[in-house]
Amino acid sequence: MKVRVSVQLKPGILDPQGKAVEQGLHGFGFEVEHVRIGRLIEMDVPGTDPADVKARALAMCEKLLVNPVMEKASIEVL
Amino acid sequence: MRVAVPVFPGSNCDHDALHACGTVMGWDTIPVWHQETHLPPNTDLVFVPGGFSYGDYLRCGAIAALAPIMADIKRHADNGGLVLGVCNGFQILCEAHLLPGALLRNESLRFIHRDVHLRVERADLPFTRAMAAGAVFQVPIAHAEGNFTLDPAELIDLEARGGVAFRYCSAAGGIGEDHVPNGAMNGIAGIVNAAGNVLGMMPHPERAVDPVLGPTGGLGVFRSLAEALGVA
Repeated sequence: MKVRVSVQLKPGILDPQGKAVEQGLHGFGFEVEHVRIGRLIEMDVPGTDPADVKARALAMCEKLLVNPVMEKASIEVL
Repeated sequence: MRVAVPVFPGSNCDHDALHACGTVMGWDTIPVWHQETHLPPNTDLVFVPGGFSYGDYLRCGAIAALAPIMADIKRHADNGGLVLGVCNGFQILCEAHLLPGALLRNESLRFIHRDVHLRVERADLPFTRAMAAGAVFQVPIAHAEGNFTLDPAELIDLEARGGVAFRYCSAAGGIGEDHVPNGAMNGIAGIVNAAGNVLGMMPHPERAVDPVLGPTGGLGVFRSLAEALGVA
């Protein structure tokens, strides 16, 4: 099954990339605030039970995909 | 005195480490490819070098932390063996959970390479015992992700247990945001685990040991290690 893991910096963690992009958007005259930049990981995980696939994706997050000091993730099974 | 320097694809300070430990200090210093599963017998110190292991993919140090040699480095650390991680080596030790915290992108977004001053916060460690508490020494930094970050509650614990080994400071030893090059919390440049045998730092002491190449502010760390291991 197709799995999409969205990794975001935790609230409160400084995101200099987001800040720079926000300033860039302001430069173009866009009204925008709180721009945060994250990472999107897509993968195919064998299985047919969405709950089981999601549990394995969660284990992947804990082992490698996410650093809990600075990041949080949301998992979507498509 | 035997030093192992693990080498990952993308390590680029491994030769600085080999030069400092091998040529300058005269220690038996052995590069160890990351695919190895065992450190050389009787390794006293593991020096995890700087660089861009695995191209900094995913997060700095995240992939290197899973390399086969890391299991034996953890065993070495668990048995009280000394581990020094510099720059990317510090990032790898954090990702391997040998040290707490994480190194984020510098506040300025820029790669910064220049000399900085560090204040010795702990002079009772194998890595610092030849230096005085409060002493200031000058070493270079060269990193884009050196902004040390930790959960606020854990940061209080880290400070309370004396986990901060080095702090960025002025030439006179003054502490404050103005002297922190990268935005690191509490101006933290280097930390040590609770047992005191695993130290990670962003600045490069190994690049400041050879008078032929410039200032030698980093020698204090290596003289401390020599003392600690009885080869002074």
